[in-house]
Amino acid sequence: VHRRKKLSCDPEYVNKAHKEGRFLSPPVSGRPSSSCVFVVRKDQDIYIQTLRKLFNESHGIFIGLQRSEEEFAGKSRKTQLVQVSKNYRSVIRACMEDMHQAAVSARDPALHSQYSTQVSILSAMELIWNLCEILFVEAAVAGPLLLRLLDWVRLHVCDVDNMVREVLSSENPSKHELFWNVVDVFVLQGRMDEARHLLSKEASANPTSVNMCRILDDLMKKMPVPSLGNTQTLTEMELKWQHWHEECQRYLQDGTFASNSHMESICKILLGDENAILEKKELMTTWYHFLVTRLLYSHPTVKPMELRFYAQSSMDLFLGGESSPEPLDTILMAAFEFELHQVIKECSIALSNWWFVAHLTDLLDHCKLLQSHNLYFGSNMREFLLLEYASGLFSHYSLWQLGVDYFDHCPEYGRVYLELHIERIPLNTEQKALKVLRICEQRQMHEQVRSICKIMAMKALRNNRLGSALSWSIRAKDAAFATLISDRFLKDYCEKGCFSDLDLIDNLGPSMLLSDRLTFLGKYREFHRLYGEKRFSEAAKLLLMLMTAHIAPCSFWMTLLTDALPLLEQKEVIFSAEQTYELMRCLEDLTAGKSDKQKFQDDDVETMKVEMLRLALARNLARVIVKEGTLEGS
Amino acid sequence: DGTSCVSVCARCLAKSDGVISIQDNRISIWSVGDLGNVGLNGEYQGEPQLLCDIRHNGDVMDMQTLSANQRWEKAHYHVDRDASCGGAACTGVICSNPEIVTVGEDGRINLFRADQKDAVRTIDNADSSTLHAVTFLRTTEILTVNSIGQLKIWDLRQQRNEPSQIFSLTGDRVPLHCVDRHPNQQHIVATGGQDGMLSIWDIRQGTMPVSLLNAHEAEMWEVHFHPSNPDHLFTCSEDGSLWHWDTSTSVSEKPSFLHQGGRSTTYFSHNTINQSVVSAWLSNDPTKDRMEITNLIPNQTLSVNSLDILGPCLVYGTDAEAIYVNRHLFA
Repeated sequence: VHRRKKLSCDPEYVNKAHKEGRFLSPPVSGRPSSSCVFVVRKDQDIYIQTLRKLFNESHGIFIGLQRSEEEFAGKSRKTQLVQVSKNYRSVIRACMEDMHQAAVSARDPALHSQYSTQVSILSAMELIWNLCEILFVEAAVAGPLLLRLLDWVRLHVCDVDNMVREVLSSENPSKHELFWNVVDVFVLQGRMDEARHLLSKEASANPTSVNMCRILDDLMKKMPVPSLGNTQTLTEMELKWQHWHEECQRYLQDGTFASNSHMESICKILLGDENAILEKKELMTTWYHFLVTRLLYSHPTVKPMELRFYAQSSMDLFLGGESSPEPLDTILMAAFEFELHQVIKECSIALSNWWFVAHLTDLLDHCKLLQSHNLYFGSNMREFLLLEYASGLFSHYSLWQLGVDYFDHCPEYGRVYLELHIERIPLNTEQKALKVLRICEQRQMHEQVRSICKIMAMKALRNNRLGSALSWSIRAKDAAFATLISDRFLKDYCEKGCFSDLDLIDNLGPSMLLSDRLTFLGKYREFHRLYGEKRFSEAAKLLLMLMTAHIAPCSFWMTLLTDALPLLEQKEVIFSAEQTYELMRCLEDLTAGKSDKQKFQDDDVETMKVEMLRLALARNLARVIVKEGTLEGS
Repeated sequence: DGTSCVSVCARCLAKSDGVISIQDNRISIWSVGDLGNVGLNGEYQGEPQLLCDIRHNGDVMDMQTLSANQRWEKAHYHVDRDASCGGAACTGVICSNPEIVTVGEDGRINLFRADQKDAVRTIDNADSSTLHAVTFLRTTEILTVNSIGQLKIWDLRQQRNEPSQIFSLTGDRVPLHCVDRHPNQQHIVATGGQDGMLSIWDIRQGTMPVSLLNAHEAEMWEVHFHPSNPDHLFTCSEDGSLWHWDTSTSVSEKPSFLHQGGRSTTYFSHNTINQSVVSAWLSNDPTKDRMEITNLIPNQTLSVNSLDILGPCLVYGTDAEAIYVNRHLFA
């Protein structure tokens, strides 16, 4: 069984937190900036294997809480919230178990100590959360309050478990040297039945003390405790308790237990004698155990608001000026004083990660316990903490997905934060990019969709994956990029004389319409296909249409006209007179556009091409006029 | 558990040996153990035991079981193989002992044999876009799907690097993410797309799908026919749902209130009309055939990335870094 360590306060984080603790105190204008050097460290916690379970499970609980219906009012809503709180705690405990296993099986001593520290921190977190659940979420009233606090102490003070086990499992418990220690433990924790059970063993082993054991047993049996149900009112209970207290007093004063110091001290404890209880310091180990024991035996009907006085005096008496309170003690004290904001502030400082405060504050906010404590930059505490926590998640390669949901539930700044963070996630595989895109599309973040698609398309283009690039531009409906890709294809065609990636171009489908250039590419390829299938008249019509409908870019017209050459040179006449006139017009448009200087600079190949075209067109025109003018069948 | 669970494989579940999963770039084999402790909802109470664990560099995208042990580095890459950033993601793998086929973001298809160090065959630039998934059609033919909505059949016996057939979706060329073939009737193929649509194809006829079923609200990551009970189909998606498609009740004389939704454990439909078995998936007459579709996840949050089924066991993994095992699928 591990010894629970106190939370240690890391100085680096104190500085950082104070600087970041803007929500705690607004900066005073005119104050010179401090000359501290800040050591900033990446959050290591998110990379610890076992803590990842904590983050994932609590994410599920968080979402469930946000989605839960607000229609339940009053008692059922409270029960629901208490259940949520219990779920969070069970997740913390499960994590603690895993971490403990990891610590036990770790070979490396540094790792072992890291895990052990984590176990202590998790245990402290659960302790604080449990107390907050009792005081704030459940808001236990006088009566049940004490019972809950007793459960709390029993659950968390486990340093004595070993001793208890040892004594109970020994052959002759009453002869064991630690026997009375165990009885004291039971009495201090209010576990009367177990104490009585041990006393009966003592009675059977030691006949001389039978009488005393019987009386003590009787007192323990009759001790009134607050009930959870409505079987008795507080006043009834107080009355009964007063009577019982007086009875114990009489037995003590009569000297019934004078011959057995152990039983006498137990009787004094039952009477709530502070000194007697304080003598058993080692068995209680903490001041809050002392507090609860004190309350059990002197003020069992304590009201929530009275706790602060008892808490402060208990801590003072227990620590006795020897040691100063540690961070955990301060936090618990703030809780007993019902200073919610203080609790959150202290936890933020002491813990290295925003997980705890973010989720606790969110739960308390749902309990409507936090007034809209406006921070100087406008958002409230719950939102601030959630934003900080979620931002931390985004630096992790896979936990960022959890962060998205947290941002969704921050009404004021969540969206802005999400927009900024989501663009900066490194996209090393397409699947990750697809997930990011889906998140953006679901939230109508069109800017981000466009930018991410452009990045992926550019990457694909650089790697020569033209099909991938096209599919990204289709997703973003990015016409400009589609034009870029088509130009790339056309350039490849001009250089190599054939198309690459025919499987893509032949199967463009409706996406062809995304950009004019893409449409041209598809149609141009179709022309080549028709030509290959020897469907010349269709090919010719298509070719002409590409130019006359201005689907083809002007720069490509020369190539198209050159493509028309073999059609003009066919034995059979393909182009009609109309079409030939159109082609001639296109050629003239093309050459007329060039200035004289350009014509002069044109090399021989260019001029020859134009000449050949003119010749071929003229010849075709001649043939077609004759053909069209000829009467059939003569 | 570890990182987003990207792929699961339920190969050994029949022997209640275990589940293989990917977590945090580690491939782990878990034993899900016996049915000893069953909780109130039939949930398994004990903890799965980790049997063994292998570290893997980079994200693991897909997984199959094989008994040999090999490692092929840089099987997928862009442009320059040896450049440090030249690696490309390998998006799909399928094996049919001893052959293994992989496809990747580089549009490359690799064929490996378990006992050989180098690739037996590589088809460079098989596709100009990303290949998302691959599966065997016959022992020498494979099916691939890509990000411009095409389904291609490749004949590995032929030496030319062209697909023997190309199928495309009608309408928009929505990327296809997953493909699976009917276990008994090899002409029936199912694919899932980026818009969550399930397409059923008959590859004997036509180049377009036979039916398009509007399914999920986001990318469909995996589709699987039940290997021994192929009237059942399972799909999982980015929207966090996992659907069970049941056509086993399609042709039956029983009135609807007597249907039990195909919970029988016999592996062939017990009606006597043979055509119904043949065409349960291909028929698209809504009045005659009733398909039952159930979402198997009660409260969905993050994406379900992968699923696998064997016998009565279903296993699936989610982005919440959790793996779920359902051992009573037809109960």
